[in-house]
Formats: sequence, C-alpha cells, structure tokens
Amino acid sequence: MTTDVQGAPAPGTDIAYVDPTRRALSQKRARKNALSGILSLFAFLFIICFIVSRTPGWATVQETFFNYEEFVKTLPGLLEAFLLNIRIFLIAEPLILILGLAVALARTLKSPIFLPIRVIATLYVDIFRGIPTILVIFLLGFGIPALRLVGVPNDAVFWGTTALVLSYGAYVAEVFRAGIGSVHGSQTMAARSLGLNMWQTNRHVVLPQAIRNVIPPLLNDFISLQKDTALIAVLGPIEVLRQAQIDTSSSFNYTPYVGAALLFILLTIPMTRFADWIQLRTMKQRRIAGTS
Amino acid sequence: MALAGCAQESTPTAATNSGDCSKESLATLTTGKLTIGTDLPAYPPYFVTDDASKENGDPASGKGFESAVAYAVATGLGFSNTDVVWKTVPFNSSYAPGTKAFDFDINQISITPDRSKVVDFSDGYYTVNQAIVSLKDSPIANATTVAELKDANLGTQVGTTSAAFIEDVVKPTNKAQIFNDTNDAKSAMQSGRLDGIVVDLPTAYYVTAAEIPNSKIVGQFPAQAGGEEFGLLFGKGNSLVGCVNTVLANMKASGELQKLQDTWLAGESAPYFKQ
Repeated sequence: MTTDVQGAPAPGTDIAYVDPTRRALSQKRARKNALSGILSLFAFLFIICFIVSRTPGWATVQETFFNYEEFVKTLPGLLEAFLLNIRIFLIAEPLILILGLAVALARTLKSPIFLPIRVIATLYVDIFRGIPTILVIFLLGFGIPALRLVGVPNDAVFWGTTALVLSYGAYVAEVFRAGIGSVHGSQTMAARSLGLNMWQTNRHVVLPQAIRNVIPPLLNDFISLQKDTALIAVLGPIEVLRQAQIDTSSSFNYTPYVGAALLFILLTIPMTRFADWIQLRTMKQRRIAGTS
Repeated sequence: MALAGCAQESTPTAATNSGDCSKESLATLTTGKLTIGTDLPAYPPYFVTDDASKENGDPASGKGFESAVAYAVATGLGFSNTDVVWKTVPFNSSYAPGTKAFDFDINQISITPDRSKVVDFSDGYYTVNQAIVSLKDSPIANATTVAELKDANLGTQVGTTSAAFIEDVVKPTNKAQIFNDTNDAKSAMQSGRLDGIVVDLPTAYYVTAAEIPNSKIVGQFPAQAGGEEFGLLFGKGNSLVGCVNTVLANMKASGELQKLQDTWLAGESAPYFKQ
C-alpha cells in the first residue's frame, strides 16, 4: 500500500520519520549555523582579548593572577592535593544519596505509629539545612575528637566527610521528597489497586519516576559538593585550597589560587554537560512517550 | 616589579628620611597619630591583659612583650600613649603586597627575603627560635634528636615560618597538617590528632605554662643559618622605617629592649634538638 520510501524507518520503531530532502536541507542549514556561530565566537574572543590587553592594569593582573612560571611550578603540588578532594567527594556522594533517600522516605511514612521517625527526620533536615556547612565541619572536626572517646576515629578527613554527608544529606532529602511528591497520586492508587503493597509500590512505581524527575537538582547538589570539599582545609589536611594558600603565602603570587579554581572547573564541567544531556534526553523522551 | 610599581603609586616614594625624625615631620597615616596593626586574638606573652572580659587580648594594655615594644617605639618617635591607634590586621594579609591601613604592624612577623620583596621591615627586635610543643603523653614527648621527629604528625599555622621550618628542617614522612591559626592547631593537638605543634619559643612557653596544662616543650631548634628575627612590618616604601630603626637602635643600646625581653619572655631555656 505505501511505497517503500528510501530512508524510511521500519514500521513499529519509535523514530519519527523525516523526508530525506528535508533532512538534507536541515543538515545544510545546521552546518551553516555552526560555521557562523564559530566565526562569531572567534571574532568576539578576539575583540575581548584586544580590549582587555590594552587596559592599563592588565600587565599587573596578568603577573599576579596568570603567571605562567608560577602556574607550572605549583601545578604538580595542586594536582596531588586535589586527589584528596576527589577522594572525599567520591566517598561522600553515595553516602549522601543513601542518607537523603532514607530521610525522604521516612518523612513520607503515613502511619501514626511512625510519628517519632517523621519527627526525627524533619528535625534532622531543619537543623542541617540551617547550620552553615563550615560550622558543622568545625563542630564535628574539632569538637568530637576533643571528647577523646574511645573507639571514635580521630581522622580529620573522616570527620570532614561525615560533616559534608550530614549537611548535604539534608538538602538531598528535600530534593528526593520533592521528587516523590511530583509523582501523581494516581500512580500510587493504580499500583495499590493492582495489589502491590506500599513497599512494592514505592520500589517499583513511585521511586523510579521520582528519581528520574529529580536527576537535574541531584546533579546540581553533586557539583556543589565537589566544591565544598575545599572546606575540609580548616581541619588540617592539605587539600587543593590549602596547598594553593601555602604556595601563595610564600610567593605572594595568586596564580596558585587561579590554578586551584581551574582544577575545580575542569572537574565540574563534564558533570554539568552530563546534567544538560540528561535533561535534554528526558525532555525528548517525554515528548515522544507522553508525560508520565 | 609590576607589583612594586603598583604598590608605590599610593605610598610615599621616599624610602629614606632626610634624618628629621621629629614627630611633626613623620609621614604617618593620620597626622599626629600612630596606627599600629596586629592580629586578633592577640596572644600572650606578646600581648597581655588583666581585663578578663577581653578574651581576644588587648594590644592597648601596654603589657606583653610586643605591646611594650610598640609603645616604646611610639614614645621614641615622640608620640604619647594616647596617640597610638590599634588596628586589627589578619596575619596573612599583613605581609601581602598592597597598601596598608597601618603605619607598622607588630605581630611576631619574621623577616624573610620573600616577604621583604613586597613589604619593608625594620631591624629585628627579637631573635626567634622554633620549638615543638606536645602533650606529655605524646609519642614524641621525649624526643631529643631531629631524627626521632621523622614519624611525627606535626601541625602549625598556615603561611608562618614554622610551616616552612617543618618542610625544610624537620622533613617528616607524614605531611604536616596546616591550620588557619594556632588555636586550631592546638585543638588538634589536644584531641590527639597531632603529635606536636611547631611554634616560636615564647609562644611555646605560654602554651605550656598557661594554656594547656598537660603539655610540655619537647625542645627548641638551634638558630638556622642567617637566624630568624621578628621585625616591625611597613608598607613598601614607607618613609618611617629609618626613624623607627634609629629608635630601635637606641632601645638596644640603652638596654631597654633587653629589659622588656627579660620581663615578658623570661625563662627560655628549653633543650636543643640534636641533628
């Protein structure tokens, strides 16, 4: 009945059909757009560099913040110190997700018997969202080792990471709670009417949708965590901020700070692009499959 | 050099005074007043106060080694005690390049070549040795040689000569832990995270005598090549340096500086570490 048009996808697949001529035209237009975009970007960069390098204070700024020799000299030390930051957030992030999810679920428990659990969860979220993260780090990092309790670890990195987990867990718990709330009530009702109990409903119906909905804010918090690992410097371990501070305090050149900032940016950019990609993909899927 | 050029725009360009050190001809920040900077908290034995409400120290009390030296220098320049204005200046920003909000800063700042490139120092007013303080039950409490310190967890304040000292002289196998200030380092030592802290000898005496009862001075290090001296810190190109040096020389010659040392920094005879 339908002629087999060249390039048409097989029936039954969920790729939208695009006429080949139209596709060629749109590809040509995309190439032209990309080219003019790149040309415009280069022209813009050139103009900016020209203007900035002519400003009177530029030589001083370049010497103080963008000194190449200083950068090359301090980079190995900064990289080595940065490994500590990476270790900290790689350990902290899974713990934060687990804690946040547990607290969010605790707050959604309906039965009156669970009131103590709901109260504790709410208190936890209120307290740790209210206290600045650096204050929590001071309290745990200096305060608890000062008690000299037997069996309690004394390590600065341990308490710093714990403080980060507690602090960020509160934020992430609220994000998860918002995600759970964003799943329409009819999903739960449908699941219950199919015979699933509350636990199965959560596990198979609500949580998958909830988590998918809140991946962008979760990634946002993850990126924020990567930066806040620098706060652990106050407890003594030499991570990248402290290393930059040590380098700067002897030479008075602030290039190490710029170097440390660069390392943080290099770490977060892949994460932000990944977050953008996930968001785009979710929107595309929604468009094709219809909203959930 | 670009930095120096930038700094010199806003301070008097004459580096040496013509010799006239009378109060009227001194180019202070505020005419008739001498602005002196120091950090908060102002620690004993350098700044001592009887006022219990001043938990962070009181530089204006005139008591304590550096407070006394500051007022003695002010008197030598012709200022009365009421002409002295104190300003809080964090330690790390005092020796950083840039215009200064004080005439000079007195805060146990050691004269180093790196710092001298971006700020000016007076002649030294105290020769300082580094020392190690530990709790009495610390693994290094009875160390007598530098080799015994190799496995220790040491800590100190960031940007100090103590921090550089650990790296250059002690060279422990575990990296030193660096804190924002000495108070944090002391906390870490008390909780057992550090085996010892590295501070200058007078601070070590005050910590062991008055602050942390179950601590002791493990030992002091012999003066390194070139020695280490505290100096008054001035902005680059400040014209007061010459006159202040004259006052300090007079204080040394008359014995007044030694008397202040004996009054406030007495009893310093900790054992020396052997190589």
